[in-house]
Amino acid sequence: MRRFCMALLLALHCALAVHAGEAPPLADDPVVEKRMVAISEELRCLVCQNESLAGSRADLALDLKREIRNLIQAGSTDAEIMDFMVSRYGDFVRYRPPVNAVTGLLWFGPLLLLVGGVFVLVRMVRGSQRANAAPRTLDAAQRARAQSLLQDPENPP
Amino acid sequence: MKKALIPLGLFLVLAAFLAVGLTRDPRAVPSPLIGKDAPRFTAPLLFTPEKQFSAQDMRGKVWLLNVWASWCTACLQEHPVLMEYARRKNVPLIGLNYKDQPANGLRWLARHGDPYDLSVIDQNGRIGIDFGVYGVPETFLIDQAGKIRFKHIGPVTEEALEKQILPLIRELQP
Repeated sequence: MRRFCMALLLALHCALAVHAGEAPPLADDPVVEKRMVAISEELRCLVCQNESLAGSRADLALDLKREIRNLIQAGSTDAEIMDFMVSRYGDFVRYRPPVNAVTGLLWFGPLLLLVGGVFVLVRMVRGSQRANAAPRTLDAAQRARAQSLLQDPENPP
Repeated sequence: MKKALIPLGLFLVLAAFLAVGLTRDPRAVPSPLIGKDAPRFTAPLLFTPEKQFSAQDMRGKVWLLNVWASWCTACLQEHPVLMEYARRKNVPLIGLNYKDQPANGLRWLARHGDPYDLSVIDQNGRIGIDFGVYGVPETFLIDQAGKIRFKHIGPVTEEALEKQILPLIRELQP
């Protein structure tokens, strides 16, 4: 039971930290804070990888947000701040990675699958239409057999 | 008959992709810093904070930078490997005491042993950010020209040391 409790505590660590931690330091200037949030929405937190930097309370995320605030106050443009992050952590930090040879499959893979799917679908539909549309003809032997089956045994012609 | 095998084929392709995916570590993010100049930094030494260490001091040498902290449990895992490395007298191993209280760092080294030629203090993590550190421990191999040649994320294992780091050091250092 003790061990379970410990495990539970550990699992909830992130959630608990939210309650225990102090409010994160905000920039004095709401404009700076707004820009910082807008930029960090576009960035991935590398500690909790499914979270954006804006939403993350990980220690590194707080540090990086502080860094972004400093860069904004120092007069950097958004593009410069993006470069700052990408040059250190790679394209992986961006939720919208640039289109290049490495990310090509990521960007166009779904489109390729869609086009492939449509192609297969069209072929299948065409195939079944052709099968239905083909006139059903009988050869001589089948015709003779049909004839014999249709003949009424009571009333031979 | 052949048509019935198509779903099976698709399933096998999918299974193969997923199987390969399972063998890869999603936390290992390739660093864009490989092959680039190591960030310059100057920081106080852990043992003698009145003295400064500068990455420029290591110009002309191949060296390892290991990011560690007393709060980092994975650092304990790699610690014996680093101790063994230090005993064998290889290229310098510099510790970056990352986001740690210097007193805690000193106590940690006293308790577990100190494999580092020296450790420097990065209390607010600013140097770590320049190195793109996101999960301690991390280890960087830096060459004579000051370029980062290799980065190991997570605890250095015996295997990583023998198969990746040491061969690269031998290659860099004729």
